[in-house]
Amino acid sequence: MMSDSPSCSGARPWRQGDDLPIIRVKYSLSTLQYNEMEGKRMSKQVALEEFRASTKTWLEGNFPKTLVGSAMGLEGEADDSMKADFELWRQRLADKGWGAPTWPAEFGGAGIGHPEAKIISQEMGKMGAFNPIPLMAGMGVTMVGPTLLEYGTDEQKAKHLRGMASGETRWCLGLSEPGAGSDLASLITKAEDDGDTYKLNGQKTWTSGADISQWCGALVRTDSNAKKRDGISFVMLPMAQDGVSTKPIRLISGASPFCDTFFDNAQAEKSDLLGPLNEGWSVVKRLLQHERQSQTQARGPGGSTKKPSFQQIAKDYVGVDDSGALADGDLRVRLIDHLMDSEAHGLTVNRITAEARGKVEVSAAASILKNSATKIAQGKAELTMELMGSQGVGWEGDNYTKEELDNVQDWLWGKAISIYGGSFEVQNNIISKNILGLPENTQKG
Amino acid sequence: MAALTEEQSMIRDQAKSWVTEQSPVQKFREMRDSGIESKFTPDTWQAMIDMGWTGILVPEQYGGSGLGYLTFGVILEEVGRQLTASPLFASAFVGASAVLLGGNEEQKQAILPKVVEGSVILTLAVDEGPRHSPKKTKLVAERSGSGFKLTGNKTFVHEGMTATDYVVAARTSGEGEEGITLFLVSASADGVSREAVTTFDSRGYANVHFDGVTVSETTVLGTVDQGYRVLEALLDRARAGLGAEMLGTAAQAFDMTLDYLKTRVQFGQVIGSFQALGHRAAGLFGQMELSRSCVEAALQAIDDDADAVPKLCSLSKAKVGDFLHEMSNQLIQIHGGIGMTDEFDAGFYLKRARLLEPSFGNRAFHRDRYARLLGF
Repeated sequence: MMSDSPSCSGARPWRQGDDLPIIRVKYSLSTLQYNEMEGKRMSKQVALEEFRASTKTWLEGNFPKTLVGSAMGLEGEADDSMKADFELWRQRLADKGWGAPTWPAEFGGAGIGHPEAKIISQEMGKMGAFNPIPLMAGMGVTMVGPTLLEYGTDEQKAKHLRGMASGETRWCLGLSEPGAGSDLASLITKAEDDGDTYKLNGQKTWTSGADISQWCGALVRTDSNAKKRDGISFVMLPMAQDGVSTKPIRLISGASPFCDTFFDNAQAEKSDLLGPLNEGWSVVKRLLQHERQSQTQARGPGGSTKKPSFQQIAKDYVGVDDSGALADGDLRVRLIDHLMDSEAHGLTVNRITAEARGKVEVSAAASILKNSATKIAQGKAELTMELMGSQGVGWEGDNYTKEELDNVQDWLWGKAISIYGGSFEVQNNIISKNILGLPENTQKG
Repeated sequence: MAALTEEQSMIRDQAKSWVTEQSPVQKFREMRDSGIESKFTPDTWQAMIDMGWTGILVPEQYGGSGLGYLTFGVILEEVGRQLTASPLFASAFVGASAVLLGGNEEQKQAILPKVVEGSVILTLAVDEGPRHSPKKTKLVAERSGSGFKLTGNKTFVHEGMTATDYVVAARTSGEGEEGITLFLVSASADGVSREAVTTFDSRGYANVHFDGVTVSETTVLGTVDQGYRVLEALLDRARAGLGAEMLGTAAQAFDMTLDYLKTRVQFGQVIGSFQALGHRAAGLFGQMELSRSCVEAALQAIDDDADAVPKLCSLSKAKVGDFLHEMSNQLIQIHGGIGMTDEFDAGFYLKRARLLEPSFGNRAFHRDRYARLLGF
């Protein structure tokens, strides 16, 4: 170590007049500054570990053991004592503010940060516990709530957020219409001024869970003279009223959570307009960012965590050669490609999460992750079907295992992933325009 | 995996500004046109040494800064962006890794400071034919007196003409993974001869011949017959480092293409406004982001000494390999006719891309390896 440059790495003393950006410049951070940074980091880490310990203790004392490992969607399928335990667990979570832990405590959350929230879900996972509230709230906790927190009035927040955070109020979203899919801004459902209320007329489609929701957030046209995006507003209305009716949609995969929703002189309170009148487009853009972010997990729909590994399924159905390689060379290569894509996607989610640490805004990279997750989820179902051969094509009956039939559902349902939440092509438009800065096409004819 | 630290970001910025200002791709063109035998310019190499780049992997007690693989990776990425030619990767990254992984204390003290100051240029001599296949190493090292006698050939040795010393993978017994030994052999030893091979990327490679080269026991790196474990760890480091350079080369090709999409006018508008090209760019951008995650994860895993190193290094080399392959083709395609001219730089990137692809295992090699590591 050179005594005249205490923080020099010792390879060779710094040369006066050297104009090159030398590696050792890093030591220009004083030792004091460095220690301070390091100290802050350490004390944060200690605090997180303490939080982890107290989380574990609380979960051990409050999560009913009867529910260990049971799926989140057990409502309706379980016996009465399980149902009672489930309700008890929901109530305890809601009281603790852990249904939506990062929301402010005054609105039913726990007012904690994302690292702490992550610890809660990690610790839940370790003991087979779960947070059913986001699912029970429909689009409430994941999408409407975060948008309300940003755009809502104090009155709106007080009125709506607690019901979401406790899982007692389920929300649906009325966005798409029969004539407004990828081109959402061409929607025609109208909301007319009717004194203290708006009067809604029109049809929404793909409203997930509309038949079992208590509230709906709807995108409606409030000024039909304005340009497409400029005359749109976002209103919230209760589903239990004469002017609202729903009809479930049957899909290629069978029954679905989706509905057509009809507004026939439905009413929304004026105080339930979210964001300014005719500025609903910016509200919904934000809402959809939250949606995309919640869709970036590359998990097949309906997938559970207890399934055998994908490569094990491949080996079981296809077999291996003398060297232990999958017997079908072509399938093997495509399985490799799939698993590599999948791992690369996972590493990217981790990287973006790490890079976004401490920042509140939704990363622009969210739109990249959706297409990547889509490709993986759809590819997995297609590849699984191929690996399973003629066992992969069953619709129902005892000739097929649950796993085989589940994959068919994943495969068919999975076709929706590249359509909803901004289609594959719309995502590419967003990336090329918003992220890469490429201009709009002005070519005519 | 973590994001880059503040320190790593700072080093990247420094490297970026140096490479852009002092060693832009124009310098590479001048080097190529000069016909210089070393295939790099001495002042470029000296500047890297002076900046401390050659010591990034080397711990302080041997004269380096010991900043690790991810830090070196961010520099290699910047070097890859401007195609800066030098023995940095061969010697300070791969060579230094060989000594760090296999060397004893005496060897480390003797060699590492010289690698840092640049008086020794190390390189790995592993391939013996057109395919990267380290398990099939044939170059024979037989016991001879108190040492060994090496006989055989090595091909496609990076910076093989300017290296002062080779890390040679040789067979001392057995077959496959068993019986491989690593040696440190001076390029000036009796019986060593080399010839330059002229490749389309205009960089330095050699075929090296060992004709009964006698070396002492002290030149063994690691343990006799047990060299494969070290060799594989070393190759993984080389793959991770090359992945970083490849990412830089591809990222620059992407940036050049994106610029062109925004400026080239046809049919009365910039061509980037056409959806076919916008979507192609979006797809490439997605590939780039995914590749970057793999490259950084592999380097980070090496720094963390994680179990996943082999898997992540193969993932990284294969994924960034896919991206660079596609990106270098799109670089030409989207530039159209100008991309075909030697006057424009696109060809340099295409050629470099195809040279890096088979180095230390091509995409097929790493796909197969990845699958075997996952048990199928």
